Amino acid sequence: MIVDILQWLLSGEEWSGDGGILARLLEHIAYTLLVIVVAGLIAIPAGLWIGHTGRGRWMVTVANALRAIPTLGLLFALTLVLLPLLPGASAFIVPSVAVLVLLAIPPILSGTYSGVEAVDPAALDAAHGIGMTGRQVLRSVEVPIALPLLISGIRAAVLQVVATATIAAYVGLGGLGRYLIDGLAISDYVSTAGGAVLVAVLALALDAPFALLGRLMVSPGLTGRTPRRVLRRTDPTPAGGTA
Amino acid sequence: MKWILDHLDDITSLGLQHIWLSGVPVLLGLVIAIPVGWLATRTRWLRGILITGSGLLYTIPSLALFVLMPLVLGTSILDPLNVVVAMTIYTIALLVRSVVDGLTSVPDEVARSATAMGYTSVRRFFGVDLPLAVPVIAAGLRVAAVSSVSMVSIASLIGVDQLGDLLIDGFNRKIAGELLAGILASVLLAIVFDLLIRVAEHTLTPWRRAHQGGSA
Repeated sequence: MIVDILQWLLSGEEWSGDGGILARLLEHIAYTLLVIVVAGLIAIPAGLWIGHTGRGRWMVTVANALRAIPTLGLLFALTLVLLPLLPGASAFIVPSVAVLVLLAIPPILSGTYSGVEAVDPAALDAAHGIGMTGRQVLRSVEVPIALPLLISGIRAAVLQVVATATIAAYVGLGGLGRYLIDGLAISDYVSTAGGAVLVAVLALALDAPFALLGRLMVSPGLTGRTPRRVLRRTDPTPAGGTA
Repeated sequence: MKWILDHLDDITSLGLQHIWLSGVPVLLGLVIAIPVGWLATRTRWLRGILITGSGLLYTIPSLALFVLMPLVLGTSILDPLNVVVAMTIYTIALLVRSVVDGLTSVPDEVARSATAMGYTSVRRFFGVDLPLAVPVIAAGLRVAAVSSVSMVSIASLIGVDQLGDLLIDGFNRKIAGELLAGILASVLLAIVFDLLIRVAEHTLTPWRRAHQGGSA
């Protein structure tokens, strides 16, 4: 069985062509990227605003409460509603992307807002004291200090989206989920398991740069007293962040 | 609404399946995560490995993990055991960090007082460290339970029955009532699990009530 799956993964013809592995892989990455950009454009400004002003915390509560709704159900419900309204391929792309964006918002939002909120009040006082405006404080004090949590929020969102995009294949979205859903439908276990391996590898591969990014972008002053300790630190923050 | 009332029996039996497929892994995961988290707090080099390792486990997509389980366990693809083991892995992945955070949040002077009073390390763990870590662990457990309930629906795609069946059948046959029933039942279950954990947390932390003057 494992040999069959390896053979499937390594065969040249499976990789090429329109429905080939390479094309599916690129589709999967493209959808993930699109979703993260849209979710980031919504969640990062909202998170900065909540953290900076201390207002609007209900948004975090609402976003977290939405997590209780089964993604599969939300996806199906939205697709059923939009199916008669949208033409062609957009009938499944729009609901899929919308559900994935909804899924990606809570981790980015809570990463951003808790990062800003965790900024030491003394640092804010100092910034105000040297005459910084609110905008300057946000840009040159709060954002840099919030960066590690912000990045780990985005990282968690990326993983969720990569994982859940596979489910959206059920309503017709492309990407690696096709191998899982189509393989299950025709009981072709080899391509199903091969697809599963590809998704898992992609998730791990996308996670690694974030671990690195988190380490590079965190200023030494935040992580430890001396750069030496920074190099030795071994706690890449996994999904979820602070809570 | 009419669909829900007409199919109450089906919803109940699928709901029971859902409870055991999502609840058992949460309990199993907790039982395993506590000693693992304890080990991680004791040994510095183990901590990095265990926390990174459990974080990596969480990166494997659920549908992929369900499908790959038979390869690891030697079960058939339709075996519910695949789902139970996969969900247990996710719970452990989420909870090890909570256990570590909870245990390390115990104030140093409290731990040292206990030692000074003659507590052995085992007795201190069960009598002092673990109870004081309950609120942090419970917070992690609530996240794990809610995501477990919502994630188990996906197992319907591989043919393991629970409330997710209502979602798929409702979608395929365009029965909005059935789809809605599946969503509502799942959300309700998540709320019940969340409440149960909060009640357990409340019961296990009597000193917090003492602080608030006995009010619940």
